[in-house]
Amino acid sequence: MSLAAALRVEKAGPLALLQDGGRFGVRHLGITQGGPMDWHAAGWANALLGNEPGAAVLEVTIGGLTLVAEAELTLSLCGADLSASVNGQKLRPWQRFTLQAGDRLAFGMPRCGVRAYLGACGGWQGVPALGSVACVGREGFGGHKGGGRPLDDGDQLQSEARSQPLHLFSCVPPEYQPDYGQPAELGVIPGSQTAFFDGASLYEAFNAPWQVDTRADRMGIRLTGPELVCHHPGMVSEGLAAGAIQVPPDGQPICLMNDRQTIGGYPRLGTLTPLARARLAQCQTGETVRLRATGTGRARQEYLVAQKAIGSFQSQ
Amino acid sequence: MTPKLQNAGIDAWLVRFSERIDPAVQPWINAFCQDCRAAFGGLLVDLVPSYTTVLVQYDPWQLDDAGARRVIERVLERLAPDRSRGGGRLVEIPVWYDPSVGPELERIAARNDWTPQQVAEAHAACEYQVFALGFVPGFAFMGMVSPQLATPRLATPRQKVPRGSIAIAERQTSAYPQQTPGGWNLVGRTPVVLFDAERTPMTTLEPGDRVRFTPISRDTFIKLGGDTSPVEEVPQ
Repeated sequence: MSLAAALRVEKAGPLALLQDGGRFGVRHLGITQGGPMDWHAAGWANALLGNEPGAAVLEVTIGGLTLVAEAELTLSLCGADLSASVNGQKLRPWQRFTLQAGDRLAFGMPRCGVRAYLGACGGWQGVPALGSVACVGREGFGGHKGGGRPLDDGDQLQSEARSQPLHLFSCVPPEYQPDYGQPAELGVIPGSQTAFFDGASLYEAFNAPWQVDTRADRMGIRLTGPELVCHHPGMVSEGLAAGAIQVPPDGQPICLMNDRQTIGGYPRLGTLTPLARARLAQCQTGETVRLRATGTGRARQEYLVAQKAIGSFQSQ
Repeated sequence: MTPKLQNAGIDAWLVRFSERIDPAVQPWINAFCQDCRAAFGGLLVDLVPSYTTVLVQYDPWQLDDAGARRVIERVLERLAPDRSRGGGRLVEIPVWYDPSVGPELERIAARNDWTPQQVAEAHAACEYQVFALGFVPGFAFMGMVSPQLATPRLATPRQKVPRGSIAIAERQTSAYPQQTPGGWNLVGRTPVVLFDAERTPMTTLEPGDRVRFTPISRDTFIKLGGDTSPVEEVPQ
């Protein structure tokens, strides 16, 4: 039996969490979904290694993480440019690379985007809870050592070490690499409560610039801008879809993300499209975003096209 | 009963059964959840029932919104309220009602000119419905609490509500499955483990269940494994 190749955590940085496709079929028990905030970048990190789409990747938020290889291992890096380097040599995201024993992979400060995804052959090993290794600290589920614990100094990350023939190309084709430096335009599918917002607020919502607030985490990302006024006669808590945009009485929207609460009682402006969620996950504090109304059919088509590009690369 | 389908993104419909909380809706929601699981089969990703609605999340690879709507409409056409279990399973939750573990007992008593004992009796006298689970895994939102017991949430939430705490917020009641910050009014504590990921089923309560709280003595509470440490009042 061959031992799985390992990475040792020299410095854990602010936040690095193991994430697979997410935890499903348990939301009626009050258990959240988890999974990568940017499914697009995480998907490509797996595709570059020929992994299953939901294999566990490491979600590195902001940077500040240093890892040392304990054996030769092939990895992939997609998503944000967090000033990653191998032994001091700059490492660009959206590619596959190999580390030798003793090589040091370090993440610095975010240059572009917020979240980088580090993939490993076969995925990283984690402790599954309710069918998923997605790490959710608040609930104490998943992660590389279980209990929802994030990466810590001195921890080890083991890959599943499944040897597999690797794709001829080691880079994501440029046309599929998003430019997080471009202004973000986020597609929103209106919902039944959209009509309860007053006319001026709806105009503002889809025309004014919005700032990504400091209150942004895996549960939700708050936007600040004009105060949105909603005349809903009083709501009862109801199930929340990924990307739902709740507007509490202060009129400042909260975009609900992977670790959102399962039910909530604020009126909703609409639902972010899957592509918009992935894009918002890469927006830095203070960045300006705009909301654009779109339809379900178009948003689904865009999502399937993006997923098919990942899938067809994987199966080549 | 003509529920409304409302858009919730590329892979979900929100099915609204009523505009306001109404216990009579519960058997319809229970039946809908069961039938939906059967009708969608492997195409169902998640089903989140709440007081008046059910969020149906499906696989967007296999179904578009029109296809999913057709499945839901077929389920609704044939829907009959689930009264097979008298509107849900009846679960008994033993509770030690005592001011040391339920500091708000005395405040609710004083407001009604009652004794804490009478508050406990009033809380245990009703049968409650589980409308939804949320907030933390296994936290059941139950109602309806009698108007005399209805109490607004604390102005400043406690930093640590002990596990097993029985609580009231407005006309809802619940039991905390784990220690967490919380703003509900505490009236007692149960020794019952409300959530355990290693157990099948993981939660003691599920949406649609009916619940009765049974008063128990301190001795019984200890015998059943309850933790008697008083609620810690952390200075805010």
